Amino acid sequence: MQIYLPIAEISVNIFLILGLGGGVGFLSGLFGVGGGFLITPLLIFYGIPPAVSVATAANQIVASSVSGVFAHWKRGNVDLKMGLVLLAGGIVGSTAGVWVFAWLRSLGQIDLVISLCYVIFLGIIGGMMLIEATRAIFRTRRRGGQIRRSKKHQHSFIHGLPFKMRFYRSGLYISALLPLAVGFFVGMLTALMGVGGGFVMVPAMIYLLGMPTGVVIGTSLFQIIFVTANVTFLQSVQTQTVDVALAILLLIGGVIGAQFGAQFGARLKAEHLRALLGLLVLSVCLKLLFDLVITPDDLYSVMPGDL
Amino acid sequence: MTVSSRMLISIMLIGLLPILSLGTAVKKASADPLVVDLSNHLVAITTGFTGTNVLLFGAVEDEGDVIVTVRGPDQDMVVRKKERKVGIWINSKSARYKNVPAYYASASNRPMDIIAPPEVLLDYRIGLQNLRFVAESDMTDEDKPIYREALVRNMQDSGLFGERPAKISFLSNQLFRTDIHFPANTPTGTYTINVYLMRDGGVASVKTTPLVVSKTGVSAEVYEFAHRYSALYGIIAVIIAVVAGWIASVAFRKR
Repeated sequence: MQIYLPIAEISVNIFLILGLGGGVGFLSGLFGVGGGFLITPLLIFYGIPPAVSVATAANQIVASSVSGVFAHWKRGNVDLKMGLVLLAGGIVGSTAGVWVFAWLRSLGQIDLVISLCYVIFLGIIGGMMLIEATRAIFRTRRRGGQIRRSKKHQHSFIHGLPFKMRFYRSGLYISALLPLAVGFFVGMLTALMGVGGGFVMVPAMIYLLGMPTGVVIGTSLFQIIFVTANVTFLQSVQTQTVDVALAILLLIGGVIGAQFGAQFGARLKAEHLRALLGLLVLSVCLKLLFDLVITPDDLYSVMPGDL
Repeated sequence: MTVSSRMLISIMLIGLLPILSLGTAVKKASADPLVVDLSNHLVAITTGFTGTNVLLFGAVEDEGDVIVTVRGPDQDMVVRKKERKVGIWINSKSARYKNVPAYYASASNRPMDIIAPPEVLLDYRIGLQNLRFVAESDMTDEDKPIYREALVRNMQDSGLFGERPAKISFLSNQLFRTDIHFPANTPTGTYTINVYLMRDGGVASVKTTPLVVSKTGVSAEVYEFAHRYSALYGIIAVIIAVVAGWIASVAFRKR
């Protein structure tokens, strides 16, 4: 059954989009990831204009982050103060990102930048995941080699930065510039890539800010809600590329898929899951890279010029 | 014939004169040399739109060839050329065209080059090769035909320019019909359909009929709303997502 998307202005197969949302929802339930970094490239592969894919994915991530944050909030796993500082950076970063997005679009380079960002980030993350999971599977990993946090009291240039703030929930006394910068960078990625940015935010919080792992996910989800909401709003105003119909379809599929994913995930070994996810991320990355490198069928492309 | 009846006829003829002057000959006044109509003057893009055909039909008074052109609303188009830089393909040079129809198709009952000489087709801008696009960018003379060809090729690939003229079939010596195909990605706007009656390599008569392609129903309203009240649209999009996320979390909790 076909449905005409009002903003993307193309007909899509309704079951395929539901299935896409469901598949990514399944994976996010399975692996506990947001899935924005998979949904945007998949929408682009399907033929949705990249600009619409990115803006609509941001809208969809608002929903998945809201549904995820409640549980963390109840358990007190959200560092509100840290979240707000990250958010301040995120709002500035995502606003700048939307502006950069519109500028790149007018230059005709937005597709390239989106693809390149994805190739770089998916390549790094997928590669690291796969290596780590393979080691775990073959038990070459040393015992006790858990994720090491950088020591809180390790002194580096980071601790010489001004505007120090106390974050009680995380037990940190660090410069506010640091979370501001992290928020800014991830906000930029949200606008350019249509991702929540959890995959960058979470490692940055653990390794760069030195936050305890318990509050990392909740705080990251908390600020992602507002940053993606900001991107959704700004893209609506500036480029009119948020397709609510597409977002709703993805949502429905995503919610159902996530339920099955969580159930199925309980039956698989954690390292096998991570290896699978790593493989998946890498194959999306390779497909994008392949498209950039092979000689296109037509060297010339045509776009309406009123952008 | 009596004198009075002759007078009556001449009075009637004088009365008809304004009408007669439109035709070419008195005896054809009663019938147009060319009559055309469409099965539908509105292509409605609804939520389930996957493309459609519009039937164009008509009649010619005397024998002749028929050519149909369908032209969508004009728009600006940018043609970009990719070049390989450090291994990847990057958009580099570009050319901007004005007055590019968003859709173009043509049809004829016989090959056009048999119906009329190239000069005539060029004069009336019939056929893809005779469309004039105004390039806004500076281009070298050798680039011009390459970019123009790229523009036409890309539009053909997306189904918006007809690959080749469609077939007009004559049902008798006078009645003809053809299907005009509009793909799923048909742009909205007012289309102009010209029907040319061709005789002896020249245009004997032209009929122009408009066709409106517009979005209707929910998708039209959403699009309209997104563009007119974009800030409100953005806020609603966020609210929908927040509510959906909240409902999902409630559903999850129950398990």
